[in-house]
Amino acid sequence: MTPTTTWYLVLAAILFGVGVIGLMIRRNPLVMFMCIELMLNAVNLSFVAFARAFTDISGQTAVFFVMVVAAAEVVVGLGIIIAILRRRPGATIDDLAELKG
Amino acid sequence: MELLVFVLASVMVLAGAIGVIAYRNPVHAALGLVLTLFGIAVHFVSMEAHFLAAVQVIVYAGAIVVLFLFVIMLLGVDRAEDLTVEPFQIQRPLAVIIGVAISGLITAAVVRGRSTLGERIDSGVPGDDNIRELARSLYSDNVFAFELTSVLLIVAVVGTVVLTRRQRGGVDK
Repeated sequence: MTPTTTWYLVLAAILFGVGVIGLMIRRNPLVMFMCIELMLNAVNLSFVAFARAFTDISGQTAVFFVMVVAAAEVVVGLGIIIAILRRRPGATIDDLAELKG
Repeated sequence: MELLVFVLASVMVLAGAIGVIAYRNPVHAALGLVLTLFGIAVHFVSMEAHFLAAVQVIVYAGAIVVLFLFVIMLLGVDRAEDLTVEPFQIQRPLAVIIGVAISGLITAAVVRGRSTLGERIDSGVPGDDNIRELARSLYSDNVFAFELTSVLLIVAVVGTVVLTRRQRGGVDK
């Protein structure tokens, strides 16, 4: 009994769900960022699973680009978090409602 | 053997993911993230994506998590967060319902469309050819996107420097 593509896709779905739950219940901006990384990795896993299922390297190319964009996103996001938390130490996401209409 | 690897790596992935959302201390959450990323890398190896597995370990588990830890230490937010206080009572059960629903929907779609995936096909690309194939795809079909990523990285670096620079004597600070 060897793992099929379906198993990997189900695992990716569960991982994505865990990331969604974490994004909504945590209030520390850094931990929320980590949950976004979890979701990105779930998608990467399903990309690679599809690439193997269809014997098409394009899936792995997509994962490569996702990794580049994730790295850039983390750098910019952490820069924003540093800029915010330097002004208001200990701020959680709930405190950052200044732009609320 | 393959089944054993799958089960062990999946346990790593899910335990790390649960750790990320359940640990109260952000440092511990980051370590849970490392566990998840290593588990994903093991999955990549078992799916013969060797280059991506290496990049996963170097870029994700190496660079990105170190960046997270660096920011945690820099800001001094490494104290435990009190998870029992919840300003919006409905938020937590609603979050769990939505997360489980999303997972369930994707799982249902995958199980329903299982027949189109077929059984496991042995990939035509053996291990050594993986990097060559990936490079061929990157530098021929996707060369424009590849060049754009370099622009993206430059913009990200410049943007971060601008964002985190302290204004010297300005009224803004």
